[in-house]
Amino acid sequence: MIANFGYGVLFITFLVTLYSVSAAIYGERKQIPAMVESARRAMLLTWPLLTLTAGVLIYLLTHNHYEVQFVYEVTSRSMPTYLKVTAWWGGQAGSLLFWSWLMSAFASLVTLRKWDRDREFLPWVIVVACVTMAFFIGINVFFENPFAQLYQTGAGIAAHTFKPANGILFTPQDGRGLNPLLRHPGMIIHPPMLYLGFVSFVIPFAFAFAALITGRTDDRWIRLTRRWALWAWLFLSFGLVLGSRWAYDVLGWGGFWGWDPVEIAALMPWLTGTAFLHSVMIQEKRGMLKHWNMLLVILTYDLVIFGTFLTRSGILSSVHAFAQSAIGPFFFGFIGLTFIASVALLIYRWDSLKSETEMTSLLSREALFLLNNLLFMSILVVCFWGVIFPLISELFTGQKVTVGPPFYERATAPLFASLMLLMGVAPLSAWGHSTIKTLGRAIWKPIIGAAAITALLFVTYTHKVGALLGFFLIALVILVTIYEYLRGAYARQRSQDENIFTALWTLTGRNRRRYGGYIIHISMMLMAIGILGIESFQVETQGRIGVGESLNLSNYTVTYRELASWDDEPKGVNYTRAVVDIYRNGIYLGELHPRRDYYYDSQQAMTIPGERATLRDDLYVLLIDWEPASTTGATFKVFVNPLVNWLWLGSFIFLAGIIIAAWPEEEMERVAVPVRRTIPQTSAAD
Amino acid sequence: MTSSSRFTFYALLLTAFLATLSTRPASAQGPTPTDDEVNRVAKQLYCPVCESTPLDVCPTEACRQWRDLIRTMLAEGKSDSEIKQYFVEHYGARVLAEPPNRLVAYLVPAVVILLGAFLLFRGFQVWIKPSTTKAGGVSARQEAKPAQDPYVARLEEELKKRN
Repeated sequence: MIANFGYGVLFITFLVTLYSVSAAIYGERKQIPAMVESARRAMLLTWPLLTLTAGVLIYLLTHNHYEVQFVYEVTSRSMPTYLKVTAWWGGQAGSLLFWSWLMSAFASLVTLRKWDRDREFLPWVIVVACVTMAFFIGINVFFENPFAQLYQTGAGIAAHTFKPANGILFTPQDGRGLNPLLRHPGMIIHPPMLYLGFVSFVIPFAFAFAALITGRTDDRWIRLTRRWALWAWLFLSFGLVLGSRWAYDVLGWGGFWGWDPVEIAALMPWLTGTAFLHSVMIQEKRGMLKHWNMLLVILTYDLVIFGTFLTRSGILSSVHAFAQSAIGPFFFGFIGLTFIASVALLIYRWDSLKSETEMTSLLSREALFLLNNLLFMSILVVCFWGVIFPLISELFTGQKVTVGPPFYERATAPLFASLMLLMGVAPLSAWGHSTIKTLGRAIWKPIIGAAAITALLFVTYTHKVGALLGFFLIALVILVTIYEYLRGAYARQRSQDENIFTALWTLTGRNRRRYGGYIIHISMMLMAIGILGIESFQVETQGRIGVGESLNLSNYTVTYRELASWDDEPKGVNYTRAVVDIYRNGIYLGELHPRRDYYYDSQQAMTIPGERATLRDDLYVLLIDWEPASTTGATFKVFVNPLVNWLWLGSFIFLAGIIIAAWPEEEMERVAVPVRRTIPQTSAAD
Repeated sequence: MTSSSRFTFYALLLTAFLATLSTRPASAQGPTPTDDEVNRVAKQLYCPVCESTPLDVCPTEACRQWRDLIRTMLAEGKSDSEIKQYFVEHYGARVLAEPPNRLVAYLVPAVVILLGAFLLFRGFQVWIKPSTTKAGGVSARQEAKPAQDPYVARLEEELKKRN
């Protein structure tokens, strides 16, 4: 009964979205503002309706209604209540509903703003938001109903939306329980973050689409959605980082990024989104690249849908693809339709999107930003090709193949290195005009500094050429960014008679996007140190050792002390935990507890590493196997992951940077300053 | 020597002989490969059952048996490439971390990227005009002036003073 109520509300929401789309188009075509207003109110209704639907689902999840198939598949009696709630996005049907719920929240937020100046955008923003919502809710209504119930008929037990003839409701005693991998805190937060990023990118697309269809193709749509795009980027980036941390903590393979298709599915809209965030600045500053920005936002939107499709269709099953179903063709059709419609509109408006200015120098900021875009798009091409290549191969040759990390690493490493080089050079170039002379004058000091750091690393740390090149680029970007920062601070210190710290603080406050961006650049480089460290210097060993025996790796010694195994009956988990003593160069550092958790309900195990994290390296010990009877011998796998913790440190600084960049800049708009009539020669950042 | 003790003596002799025989093939295989040696090969292979999971980390029982197979083959003196070939023959090319036809895999993105670079280069040729060129009634150089960015103007002014 409750499940039927939930399905009923879901179905009504589906109808409301369809009404909203129809009313918005009709109102706009016939110029009836009341119809558009009706469409807006209908859209505002979707959020309370979907919240009610979600409330019903959460009630079913937390009250052990195992007659509902979704509840049966993702929860069990032994799970704590908070996990039963988060199981909402632990399975396919629920996560699609979660997508729609977030989308309705964001769409409502957008429509609640004042529309006085942009009234003509409103109907089309409603159309895009509601078509997207209708698509996802439609999938829930017709294919992946989270409220479908289990019925026993002559043909056996199966899930049905409506009670079949002669069917008897079947209620299992207990559910199968959530996949243990999804019970980790990282995995509880990671999907919402990723989905928040996905959904927020729909808003810039909605405005771009509205701009195209109304012909108001100035950069108003960009100004309106700039902050949305930044927040979307923040969520997506954090979703990626959290996913990496989760992989590092629970997948038990000593790494954080396996170039799995689903990881790449989340990376692709991030790549176009990052390119977009850079290239919109060119449009804002110079009135150029209007076509390109439109194309980027269209691509980002469709890659967002493609990302959800990859995770959810099961067409490219991977460790992340926990659910498979027949919804693939619908995703594919929707992506094709929206892409073709958007590109057709773009072509229709091509002439009105002409650049207002010309480029003057190959070394200007805008030229370097274009190169940056080319590199991001090149990485996208590699990723997209890698993801679809197995399908193409199977389609044309019948041969199933794997495209694994060696392909991606080989193909993207030079592209990432070039991006870092650009990140070092671009902040020193000026909008409109730069020459080798002006650029050279600004960059020689950071280059010498970076070379000195690289030489020091050559003497003290590594002789690997690839790693040294990476460190040189990282040092260059960090030094250039600090140099730019200090130049601004000194200027301010002098003009405002402030101390250097106040100057740094107010400098950042006065131009948040630029200096937030610089903090993001530095954080990216810290993350790059972590990635370079684990990619270049990771070492591992595995062996079976008895109590008191040791494994040696790098300067570390791991000595097996004891092993214990016990049941936690309320939780339905069996823990097997080893205690190992850790030494570095013979000095005792402490003990680690690698363990294996076996979940009885889902009959799956999770390998939790024992980790000792420092900025120098991460000692990562896994319990692979053991002798249950005697507990005298156990197999351990030990990794030393140098510098990897810089990756996590960088992600926190990244968060700070993006919050600064996305914060409203009220003061700048008020301050009037005298203007000097010369071209900046060394730097004109932002 | 009694008949029973003689029987015991011959039985022990036979056992010792058989034991020698039975250990001979093992000694021909050399020492048992270490876990690290097995993982070195397994790392280059993907689980034939669970997609996107390298064989060295796959926790399933099937993969454990495949790792044991790698150990046996290494003990028999098989090379890494022979072992990989064995897996390809039995389970298909998907066990390899990269497609066997690497040329196609690498060529297509390379061509697309080069095409993009070429288009950008052509774009630069068309877009980049001498700095005095008028565009839309506003000179490009004027557009580049710091007048567009009061903040930059002030910054440059201060730097000039400092220098």
